[in-house]
Amino acid sequence: MDGVHDLGGHHGFGPVEREENEPTFHASWEATVLAMMRAGGARGVYNIDEFRHAIERMAPAHYLRAPYYEKWLDGIARLFVEKGVVSAEDLAARTAFFGDRPGEPATAALRGSLPERVLSNPGWVQDAIRPGDTPPRYAPGDAVRTRDFHPHGHTRLPRYARGKRGVIARVHGVHVFPDTNAHGLGEAPQPLYSVAFEARELWGESAEPNQRVHLDLWESYLLPGSQP
Amino acid sequence: MGKNHPTVDRYVVSRVRALESLLLEKGILAPDAVDRVIQRYESDTGPMLGARAVARAWTDPGYKELLLADATAALQQFGLDYQMLVVVENTPAVHNLVVCTLCSCYPWPVLGLPPTWYKMPAYRSRAVSEPRKLLGELGLDVPPSRELRVWDSSAEMRYMVLPERPAGTERLAEADLVPLITRDALIGVAEVAPPAAAR
Repeated sequence: MDGVHDLGGHHGFGPVEREENEPTFHASWEATVLAMMRAGGARGVYNIDEFRHAIERMAPAHYLRAPYYEKWLDGIARLFVEKGVVSAEDLAARTAFFGDRPGEPATAALRGSLPERVLSNPGWVQDAIRPGDTPPRYAPGDAVRTRDFHPHGHTRLPRYARGKRGVIARVHGVHVFPDTNAHGLGEAPQPLYSVAFEARELWGESAEPNQRVHLDLWESYLLPGSQP
Repeated sequence: MGKNHPTVDRYVVSRVRALESLLLEKGILAPDAVDRVIQRYESDTGPMLGARAVARAWTDPGYKELLLADATAALQQFGLDYQMLVVVENTPAVHNLVVCTLCSCYPWPVLGLPPTWYKMPAYRSRAVSEPRKLLGELGLDVPPSRELRVWDSSAEMRYMVLPERPAGTERLAEADLVPLITRDALIGVAEVAPPAAAR
């Protein structure tokens, strides 16, 4: 989708501010969000592409304003509700409960005792490579052109690289296709390539000299092309 | 706190507690999961592993060749099973820079959790379109004669930079090189400073 998350090339965000000796977490709730995000993934509630797309569906102004882990919270809360794990009403009621009792731990709101079967969460392993006999259509050095499309759903072809000419730099093997996997349409694995673009092709007259961008792109994003 | 850390609404913290209590109740979240996440990301992972691989590559040409050709095999020497990493080499002719413009993809197993600036709009928007200006603002001048190659992590492949070994470190052993290698150098927003200039 053409959302505000697709930030490549946007202007107006100012300088990059680095924080000296930045802590891993700035507050304990951030670690809680990370733990919940991984737990939902490890238990198969959602896959990584559904998670990314859930964040993309945030209200645009909220997305740009929110601290990082608030984006994650928004994304996983949306998924846990959509997948029927929790109800929107329960989540709202408990949020009000803790709003009235700041500082109380999560266990203060539990109904009954904790389920005994849950000892530890398994790890969530990201494994997008799918062995297969799909021969890659392109080889390193081949000229390609990216498709120009504007899907409403999830895609990993950023706007700044649509309809652009590039060259295949590397073949990464066969990978799960996020554009389908984010929507419950299956993994539909296809060859993934590292595609090199000249900055001039992407940014025209405004390009900095002697610059290239490498993007990892799935085969169905690509068309045969002429050398840029 | 600056713009990287806008004030968090109390509503957000309440909502986190609310979801946590519901997921505990449903058996989705294990009671020890939050403590384990803190232990794992505050203590057990960080840029150490990436720095160790770079130090070995600087001192062992065979290892460097392996790291660049097959990072998965190279990292197995450090006990890490990581299928999705590509290591890209800085040379006098090429400077590499890693970003994720669409979200915040980052090689967690070798670098730990990403710093906040890596995840914020300023870096994500500018790294692909004006990287030389951006790096200059961060104190790294890349002359126009040197190619700037930006890796936008749009799939599950992750990228780490193999920085150049600084002059004046020829006599240092692998273990003594490791502390010189910073996270920022492994992302490509800094170079590795020689020991005299290292803070």
